Amino acid sequence: MAVLLLAEVNNGELAMDATAKAVTAAKALGDVTVLAAGASAAAAGDAAAKIDGVAKVLVAEDASLGHRLAEPTAALIVSLAGDYSHIVAPATTDAKNVMPRVAALLDVMVMSDVTAVVDADTFERPIYAGNAIQTVKSSDATKVITFRTSTFDAAGEGGSASVETVGAADNPGLSEWVEDKVAESDRPELTSAGIVVSGGRGVGSEEDFKIIEALADKLGAAVGASRAAVDSGYAPNDWQVGQTGKVVAPELYIAAGISGAIQHLAGMKDSKIIVAINKDEEAPIFQVADFGLVADLFEAVPALTEKLG
Amino acid sequence: MKVLVPVKRVIDYNVKVRVKADGTGVDLANVKMSMNPFDEIAVEEAIRLKEAGKADEVIAVSIGVKQAQETLRTALAMGADRAILVVAADSVDQDIEPLAVAKILAKIVEEEQPGLVLCGKQAIDNDMNATGQMLSALLGWSQATFASEVDIDGDSAVVTREVDGGLQTIKVATPTIISVDLRLNEPRYASLPNIMKAKKKPLDEKTAADYGVDVTPRLEVVKTSEPSERAAGIMVGSVDELVEKLKEAGAV
Ligand SMILES: Cc1cc2nc3c(=O)[nH]c(=O)nc-3n(C[C@H](O)[C@H](O)[C@H](O)COP(=O)(O)OP(=O)(O)OC[C@H]3O[C@@H](n4cnc5c(N)ncnc54)[C@H](O)[C@@H]3O)c2cc1C
Ligand SMILES: Cc1cc2nc3c(=O)[nH]c(=O)nc-3n(C[C@H](O)[C@H](O)[C@H](O)COP(=O)(O)OP(=O)(O)OC[C@H]3O[C@@H](n4cnc5c(N)ncnc54)[C@H](O)[C@@H]3O)c2cc1C
Repeated sequence: MAVLLLAEVNNGELAMDATAKAVTAAKALGDVTVLAAGASAAAAGDAAAKIDGVAKVLVAEDASLGHRLAEPTAALIVSLAGDYSHIVAPATTDAKNVMPRVAALLDVMVMSDVTAVVDADTFERPIYAGNAIQTVKSSDATKVITFRTSTFDAAGEGGSASVETVGAADNPGLSEWVEDKVAESDRPELTSAGIVVSGGRGVGSEEDFKIIEALADKLGAAVGASRAAVDSGYAPNDWQVGQTGKVVAPELYIAAGISGAIQHLAGMKDSKIIVAINKDEEAPIFQVADFGLVADLFEAVPALTEKLG
Repeated sequence: MKVLVPVKRVIDYNVKVRVKADGTGVDLANVKMSMNPFDEIAVEEAIRLKEAGKADEVIAVSIGVKQAQETLRTALAMGADRAILVVAADSVDQDIEPLAVAKILAKIVEEEQPGLVLCGKQAIDNDMNATGQMLSALLGWSQATFASEVDIDGDSAVVTREVDGGLQTIKVATPTIISVDLRLNEPRYASLPNIMKAKKKPLDEKTAADYGVDVTPRLEVVKTSEPSERAAGIMVGSVDELVEKLKEAGAV
């Protein structure tokens, strides 16, 4: 069986962590061919060729593929689909935009956020914000899947797959890119960080979010936030952890001023160690915490920052 | 321009779901069902377009069991003009897959010729995040997913999307499909008079067969199980104790 894996490429660069985690999941299904697509994608393709377990890399470079617009990217994948039993990708927002479109064009279902491969047709995926795990068996000729990266370890480097170029498909020309607003940050990426420090509504303001960020920086951690904190403008949308934000599973997750709604837990309850700091001893977050501290975060978080490291 | 809004009836987001002991699914008997929260936002956006003079008619559609009528009445009470119910399942335990939903919606689009379909980014029961993208593929239309800002202007729409890296703005040709994210707007509550009025608004009832769509699932649910529980943790009395525990655990 042969697997086509859509690499996560941002501005010509391979997102190694997400791609390598999807490779681990895909290896169980057959020989893995990675597709690196973008306005420039050659460097990303070369990087992908080094991931252990990758048999071949296809590089598609075309202006229309520049910003991962769904229509031309899906058309490209469909043009290659005939050779593969499985078409997969890490479950990033880019892939979730593109893969259901690919599936519908192939007249098959998509399986989103798959967390385990049972066999070539059977997969596990969380439903109801992770409150149930469903095992589904697909009867479709081609399986189209996104893998939840937080549940797979990244494949190592050391491979040397061959690299070929392929042409883009006809661009349907239905959409165009206008602009990106991407926050530049020296912090580790939320979905691959070993430690995440998150703040919720309890932090109270954008200004006070600095105490969350200071603890994160002391620990070399990424910063996360609850939906309430993002909605209130204390934190940008790409920090949101949860059912509708990012799913993380770091070694250590520190939640301060977060109550622990199921939609938030959906994004962090697979973390190795969870620390909760909340002034309300009844807060549901304590039910999933390994270490709970009932305290005012404005005292506890700066004290923690001072005493750690 | 007509706006079509697909709305799904799901377990209310406040309900703690329970997996059935025999592993056949989630217990849906006697639990509160509501409109998918993302779809409330889609309905709100459609109504605002109408209020701004950019849309003439808002049509809500639901596909599923007969009880989805209630969900459509909610959409009508919020301000949708009429509704279409496509009965495609006779048990609440039977969900219709996004591919089949998209195929039915594609037929309705052919009939109604809307300039815009506004749907939710994901349904909070299955979290599949697929229907809008699939419908767009079937129609050969453009798509703009995860929208947090929408500006419709004649034959194009400028949409800001919430993506992993931050925000992306794209311009799509209309007709188009927009899937909405949570920060697009805050949906209104239906007032009592509007709830009364909604009872008189037209609600057409159809079946999947009327559209000639086969809704046989492509995915067989082998089993549904509880997620693994976390081991119970401990409460610490001070920041010092917390630091000590974290060091013992090798976490810092
Ligand atoms: C469809 C849907 C999807 C959603 N998706 C997500 C999602 O992806 N991610 C997400 O996070 N939420 C999501 N939500 C929202 C979720 O239901 C909660 O509303 C949200 O997580 C609450 O955020 P919070 O814990 O920061 O705020 P609150 O629930 O208001 O909790 C604030 C907490 O801070 C504590 N606190 C206040 N002051 C202090 C202080 N000085 N010191 C210590 N503690 C303090 C309080 O005791 C309280 O427990 C979603 C909701 C819906 C309906
Ligand atoms: C109780 C239960 C039983 C199930 N049983 C089976 C089974 O027996 N066999 C099987 O193969 N699968 C079954 N499934 C799985 C199911 O078929 C799909 O996996 C599921 O539909 C995933 O998509 P979603 O609803 O999350 O759609 P999403 O793609 O996440 O929905 C996105 C948006 O599309 C629109 N939309 C989606 N559905 C509808 C609708 N019905 N009407 C109107 N608008 C809609 C809404 O605007 C929504 O916000 C079951 C699921 C449940 C909850």
